[in-house]
Amino acid sequence: MVYYISFILIGIGIYGFLTQKNLFKHLISLTIIDTAINIFIISLGYISGEEAPIYSKYTPIANFVDPLPQALVLTAIVIGVGILALGVSLLIKVYEKYGTLDVEEIVAKEGK
Amino acid sequence: MRRFLSALIVLGLIMFFISTLPLIPEFGKASLSKVSRAFIDKDVNGNGGNIQYGVSKDLENGAANVVTSIVVDYRSFDTLGEVTVLFTSALGVGIILSGYKRKKFGREPNFILRVSVGILLPLILLFGAYVFIHGHLTPGGGFPGGTIIAAGILLLYLSNEEFDLSKTVKFVEGISGSLYVIVGLLGLAVSGVFLINFLPTGVVGNLFSSGIVPIIYILIGFKVGAELSGIVAELHREG
Repeated sequence: MVYYISFILIGIGIYGFLTQKNLFKHLISLTIIDTAINIFIISLGYISGEEAPIYSKYTPIANFVDPLPQALVLTAIVIGVGILALGVSLLIKVYEKYGTLDVEEIVAKEGK
Repeated sequence: MRRFLSALIVLGLIMFFISTLPLIPEFGKASLSKVSRAFIDKDVNGNGGNIQYGVSKDLENGAANVVTSIVVDYRSFDTLGEVTVLFTSALGVGIILSGYKRKKFGREPNFILRVSVGILLPLILLFGAYVFIHGHLTPGGGFPGGTIIAAGILLLYLSNEEFDLSKTVKFVEGISGSLYVIVGLLGLAVSGVFLINFLPTGVVGNLFSSGIVPIIYILIGFKVGAELSGIVAELHREG
């Protein structure tokens, strides 16, 4: 069941977000959750035994899975890439200021 | 202790998700909604259907790839917003990382890298262009094609320290973004609806078919390629 795979991936992402202290690992956890939700949305539109929604030489007649979730996920993937790039650039700035990406070390340096 | 608590929270969440499973259709047994049916039949008025590859012509939308027809025709305004989001994030990366001097490694890149870039780069660019030109016929389109081109540009940055493309990137990005809006405004002038498909749609499955869809996907390919190359350049400049 693809549903369970996406649930487990969401769980892994949240677990990583809660336990890790490195900000870069937080970002990767968020990306894992993003991917898991994309998998979930696509699997919602799957109809077993049917083809990808493209008219071609091999699938000349409409016998397709739901194309709407795929179109929405295409948007979500692109926005995910944008967020990832922006997050990484913010992390570069954080590392430049504090010299570390560890949350606790950053808090200790702020408190000084 | 912290790990245990986190694992407990995660387990609870997964149990919650699993408990909501009866509310959604079983995997593989989804049914097409009315909207999806209309998009597949390429007629939003509900009297389409029976489309055949290479036979049907002059439909509402002639793209063989149904996802492309949704993304670039029916929901084209949404895609315009999506491209704007990507532009904003590229702009944000540029602003956040501005003021850095280009880091130099002071070392010649590997001989194998330099030579293989010369062989691989034309092939990578050709493949990217193929993917976004055939976006309405095959899986792919402007977004993956642009990403492939950006990967080629990354190879150029890695193999040559003096390489700089930031001016060209901004130029290409601005031109293709404005052309997208201009195509939309042309639709407004011709048929009275923003971003309407005002060109003849042709036979399903031909390269020259489906009106403005290939044009817009080529523009999106250039824009996404330029934006991602810009992000790659900014992050690479950081070293």
